[in-house]
Amino acid sequence: MDAAQAYGYMLYLVSLITIGGIYALMCLGLNIQWGFTGLFNAGIAGFFAIGAYVSAILTTDGSPFHLGGFGLPVAFGLVGAMVVTAVVAWLVGLLCIRLRSDYLAIATIGIGEIFRLILKNEIWATNGARGIAKIPLPFETLAEPWNKIGFMLLVLAIVVAFYFLIERARLAPWGRLMTAIRENEHAARAAGKNVERFRVEAFICGSVLMGLAGGLTAHYIKFIGPGATEPLTTTFLVWVMLIVGGSGNNRGAILGAFMMWTIWSFSEVLTSRLPEELAIKAAYFRIFLIGLLLQVVLQRYAGGILPERRLVSVTNKK
Amino acid sequence: MEFINFYLLPGIVLGSIYALGAIGVSLVFGILRFANFAHGELMLIGAYITYSLFQFTGLHPLAVLPLAMVLTSFIALGIDHTFYKPFRNSKTTIVIVASFGIALMARSAVQIIWGVDTFSYSSGRIEMPIVLFGGLRIFMKHVWIVSCSIGLMLCIHTILSYTRIGKAMRAMSDSAELARLTGIETEKVVRATWILGASLAAAAGVFLGLDSHLHSMMGFYMLLPMFAAAILGGIGQPYGAMVGGLVVGLAEELSSYPWLGDSPLLPPAYKAGVAFALMVLMLLWRPSGLFRGRVF
Repeated sequence: MDAAQAYGYMLYLVSLITIGGIYALMCLGLNIQWGFTGLFNAGIAGFFAIGAYVSAILTTDGSPFHLGGFGLPVAFGLVGAMVVTAVVAWLVGLLCIRLRSDYLAIATIGIGEIFRLILKNEIWATNGARGIAKIPLPFETLAEPWNKIGFMLLVLAIVVAFYFLIERARLAPWGRLMTAIRENEHAARAAGKNVERFRVEAFICGSVLMGLAGGLTAHYIKFIGPGATEPLTTTFLVWVMLIVGGSGNNRGAILGAFMMWTIWSFSEVLTSRLPEELAIKAAYFRIFLIGLLLQVVLQRYAGGILPERRLVSVTNKK
Repeated sequence: MEFINFYLLPGIVLGSIYALGAIGVSLVFGILRFANFAHGELMLIGAYITYSLFQFTGLHPLAVLPLAMVLTSFIALGIDHTFYKPFRNSKTTIVIVASFGIALMARSAVQIIWGVDTFSYSSGRIEMPIVLFGGLRIFMKHVWIVSCSIGLMLCIHTILSYTRIGKAMRAMSDSAELARLTGIETEKVVRATWILGASLAAAAGVFLGLDSHLHSMMGFYMLLPMFAAAILGGIGQPYGAMVGGLVVGLAEELSSYPWLGDSPLLPPAYKAGVAFALMVLMLLWRPSGLFRGRVF
């Protein structure tokens, strides 16, 4: 193995960890919604897309093809992505949160689709199918491997920060209340808790992380178009990651994200070496296998790799 | 005349296709008590099986449709036995996650077997409409689709109203517990539900293919309108689903008619949003649907 090859492997590893970290953020978000509170969100791709486009529009230089020209620093873009996703999630929550899980699932699929329709058709703002290019990457001024490494460290730092934040929330009364709502909504209501309000809160918190992940992706790839937010790769992968890693467990969510992304990425490298016609079929076979893995985990190992650790009460744990 | 040709008639055709799919969604939701996200994929499978049979035998797609309906039913029963049955007594939310995965698996299986190109049943011939009353343009394929849909709906009506198994299905949809106590074999009812649902889904898929063409995403795009129709009509209410399907189909097509001024009321690109808007409004205003279905 010569130096150039080793350098290539290192770059691959850096990108693997970066995207794995972005998926870990989405997984943590879905964990708040589904793992803690039992809210079925099938529109992850929609919130991801909103975050990506908002951050892209806020940070790019002016262009005649799309809304923008604000040229703000990346940090503002990411915060903007989170704020806008939060507002949208709040509105969606007001509309749909009273629905039972089945209906909420259908409603979120619909919302995800409508977001995508808007982003595809409002060409004045998003440049339609051609997407937004030249999105700035943080640390862009650094030399070649260091800018990528810098971004990877940024993503990892964000993941770690949110992990501690969410873990703290899980151990707090807030997290216990979410579990109470998931396990028995009526009992939680009888205990005087405003179930609707807390479900909306959980929905917003989770969606914000998905929006942030979208923003980070837009900066990482430097381009965002309707194709980048294909509902399958985003929504479905995040679900499989959370279920395999362990729904309800934040470490499980992060582990599942990195593990499934590694498998997904490696298998893509393998299948891309096949002859062209086979490679296309193998790509779909990959999805089939991932779906099968989900079924096996659901049926045999319902808790995932790191099952949820139930706590009775923090103060009693002496 | 333009209104009838380009908005009203396509709306009725689309509506009857949605109605067939929605009956299955509604029955499965009512009897098995979960939202089956893989229902659109049953349509997809039915449509592609019909395509292969049509290629193999050279007969008209509608002639091989009954065989495709049987095969799709077997596939649905297989899926139920392998993937849904283990969850019969667990929380419904787990089954939704499972059905979400099934949808992806079924679609990728179709993409592996048949590829991702679009197919057509008509082998390139462009059908000319029959012109009646100096301007009313009617396509033969549309006549076939609507009349076959009505025929299938009459079959469903007969089965549900007059046969033992149909009555058992309605009983179980009203109350699974009471149905079991009166000695109804619930597993048998579940099988009958899948057979009915899958057969109708296969027919709906073929009609959609006849109307336009076949592609591997058609099942996914049907999902939202079908659920909207089922909820509009009331979950567990097959007649409600028929009406709901027609309403959603008409609403989608009529939404782009220039009702006010010259431009379409809603840009056609947003047609897919109409079903969703109807569904959310219905869930907020009257969750039990027009026909007083179940609320879970």
